[in-house]
Amino acid sequence: MSWWPLIKVLPIKTDLKFVSFAKYAAILSAVLVIASLVGVFKPGLNMGIDFRGGAVMELTKPGGQALDLEAVRHAVDGLGLGDVNVQGIDNDASAMVKFQVPEDEPQARVVERVQTAITGAVGEVAYSGVSVVGSKVSGGLFTSGLLALGAAVLLMFAYIWFRFEPQFGLGAVAGLLHDVILVFGLIVLMRLEFSLNMVAAILTVIGYSMNDTVVVFDRLRENLRKYKQMPLREVIDLTINEILTRTIITGFTAVMVLAALAYFGGPALYGFSIALMFGIVCGTYSSIYVGAPIILLWGVKRGGAADDAKPIKLGMASRP
Amino acid sequence: MIHLSRWKVVLLVLSLLFGLLFSYPNALTADQKAALPGWLPKSGLNLGLDLQGGSYLLLEVDVPAMREKRLGNLGEDARTVLAEARVGVLSIAKDPSGVVVTLADPSQMDLALQSMRGLIGANTSGVVDRSVQRQGTDRIRYVFTEQAMASMASDAVTQSIEVVRRRIDSLGTREPSITRQGADRIVVQAPGESDPAQLERVIGQTAQLTFQMVDVENSVQEAMAGAIPPDSELIEGAPDSGQAFYLVKRRVLVSGENLTKAEVTSDQNNQTAIGFRFDGAGARRFGEATAANIGRPFAIILDGKVISAPRINSAITGGSGIIEGSFTIEQASEMVNLLNGGALPAPLNVIERRTVTAELGADAVQAGKVSTMIGFAIIVVFMFLAYGFLFGGISVVGLLLNGLLIVAAMSMTGATLTLPGIAGLILTFAVAVDANVLIYERMRDEARAGRSVIASLDAGFNKAMGTIVDANLTTLVAALIMFIFGAGPVRGFAWTLTIGVFTSMLSAVLVAQVGLAWWLKIAKPKKLPIAE
Repeated sequence: MSWWPLIKVLPIKTDLKFVSFAKYAAILSAVLVIASLVGVFKPGLNMGIDFRGGAVMELTKPGGQALDLEAVRHAVDGLGLGDVNVQGIDNDASAMVKFQVPEDEPQARVVERVQTAITGAVGEVAYSGVSVVGSKVSGGLFTSGLLALGAAVLLMFAYIWFRFEPQFGLGAVAGLLHDVILVFGLIVLMRLEFSLNMVAAILTVIGYSMNDTVVVFDRLRENLRKYKQMPLREVIDLTINEILTRTIITGFTAVMVLAALAYFGGPALYGFSIALMFGIVCGTYSSIYVGAPIILLWGVKRGGAADDAKPIKLGMASRP
Repeated sequence: MIHLSRWKVVLLVLSLLFGLLFSYPNALTADQKAALPGWLPKSGLNLGLDLQGGSYLLLEVDVPAMREKRLGNLGEDARTVLAEARVGVLSIAKDPSGVVVTLADPSQMDLALQSMRGLIGANTSGVVDRSVQRQGTDRIRYVFTEQAMASMASDAVTQSIEVVRRRIDSLGTREPSITRQGADRIVVQAPGESDPAQLERVIGQTAQLTFQMVDVENSVQEAMAGAIPPDSELIEGAPDSGQAFYLVKRRVLVSGENLTKAEVTSDQNNQTAIGFRFDGAGARRFGEATAANIGRPFAIILDGKVISAPRINSAITGGSGIIEGSFTIEQASEMVNLLNGGALPAPLNVIERRTVTAELGADAVQAGKVSTMIGFAIIVVFMFLAYGFLFGGISVVGLLLNGLLIVAAMSMTGATLTLPGIAGLILTFAVAVDANVLIYERMRDEARAGRSVIASLDAGFNKAMGTIVDANLTTLVAALIMFIFGAGPVRGFAWTLTIGVFTSMLSAVLVAQVGLAWWLKIAKPKKLPIAE
């Protein structure tokens, strides 16, 4: 079996000219980032019930019979109201249905539609009054979440600055922002519902993006010390080629797993997995085309002062 | 590095034991758990609300009580400043949105207006919410603005939600769902394993802390007989506080709003006590009040009960002190959590207690389980395919240990697992594999450079370790910050991530080192199977 282990099939040493595509990649990234930012404002995120709140009502089957929660859930799910939340109360004698009220439809009509659908599915039930529910994400939670995130990004920046060089920190954080913005863009583009799970997906993307960038930077730093005379551009190409096998295997594993989650995981995991999968592709791409080029543009100190790498003009951007 | 040092094997065995010990309660039924001897860990994984449901509390914010109290406070404030300015007051009557003060002498009107206007400042959210108006020749209305009255209920609900969240967060990462329902109600749902009685106890206390002077000029007995002086009030003493009732001045010296930190500590007799620290304004007021009242007792009042009434021996200017009382450590730490979480603006009354089922349907949970297992299987199969039985197998063993350790650590710390949390863990596995890939790729590099098997293995570990540590430390830094500053779900996520980083590093690297060292010893290979 000459093909197994599979690792032997992968090319031993590639010599792809990654840096020569940097110009086009930069244009692509800039366009996508701007498009995503515009998209977040208009048409904007499709906020789910976690963020927007909605309406809640209770239903009870007369005569103390048990309610078929699955039937209720399917009935309301089919109405296209987004995320619907059905919970049985006290051993399924009654249930609580939480749903969103679309902005362009009066609440009374939505309630009527929901009630018709439920009655159609499980027969006569008694409904309680409808109350408005607020979002799961209170103002304080939102602010503290943003603060935590901001502090985390700053500290990662500081850590990479301390462990590597300032421009490495800048490159890592730029890559991180790039990835997060693009994931937001995808969420807008695919009209995925923005829920608390989506927040978890974005936090995970941040973690992955950082992880991937650090792996690239680590090898880059090593090569910068090893090949002091080699032009910076070639060192970057060499580094990315050297770790290409690792990038492919790790990225491929993660994407495959997430594809399985998206395909088999049902609606509860679909949006989460899609966003994460895209984020990982972005994270891998940005380590090569956002993080490293920033170092290329800035230049970097290597060993003695005599052979400091000069920043290289890409022809479209000047040294910041 | 490849030389098999004994401590690595010991560490591996220890972590395996730890994993088994703390994750195996998950395999037991409730009855079996109850039958375990007391020293064995019993806590299993907490599943989130989306997977298993839990307890449901419908709470009502007691807005009328809060309004009553706030309006009452206006009267006290007016009485205090007018007394300080030596303005004679005939009466203070209630008004729908405040109080009306009738002066004894209309010629003091200007002085009275001036001193009462001094009361009006921005509240904690920076809004001026009260006004002073002159009425006729001898009356002054001191009221909340219309806007403040209108938003009082809504603000109280918003504020209560934040306080409730902080308090539940302080119980551990349970991922409760806290939502506003209707105008003045709050729904709290907490997943199954949480103790509903504890939840109610934590939410049920308003935790309003005040420091007030004890009225030593009048007797408690007379007050209990009905003769309560207008500027004092009769307050029940907590059990063990020394007295059944205390007569204290109505004026609040300092309140819990000025508290920056409370902690469990012990007094000079080694009794459990509560240490506290005031902010600048609180420290100044407390310092002034204690300096002016040396030798007299003041009362520390929590939720309408005097906890203790110590005598002031000297001015307390540092802004910190301790509250003594006969607390158990549990009581003290619960109280500290309440104080640090902040006071509820109004009492919360429990209207309904119920149990609810999972937010997700059974089929969604099933799909989540199936897809997670498929995801795990994909990683395993792919590792075997990519790196063969030996190297792939070592990664898979590392993954299994990793999974065991994650379950153990999450069970031990009472972390909560939601469906996306589980999916996130699968991704943690995928990234954990990265550590193995980094090591193996380095080894292949070294073998390609013509080194011997032993030298390649050795150099592979040495060189990959730096990268692995850097990558994981960066993630760890981010996770810890999110854990410290975040709240609710962000905090839960950060905790799971932190656990994942530690266990991944430990299991991926350690298993590879020990496994490959054994392989070297037993097989004495001439060639690296993953090298071409």
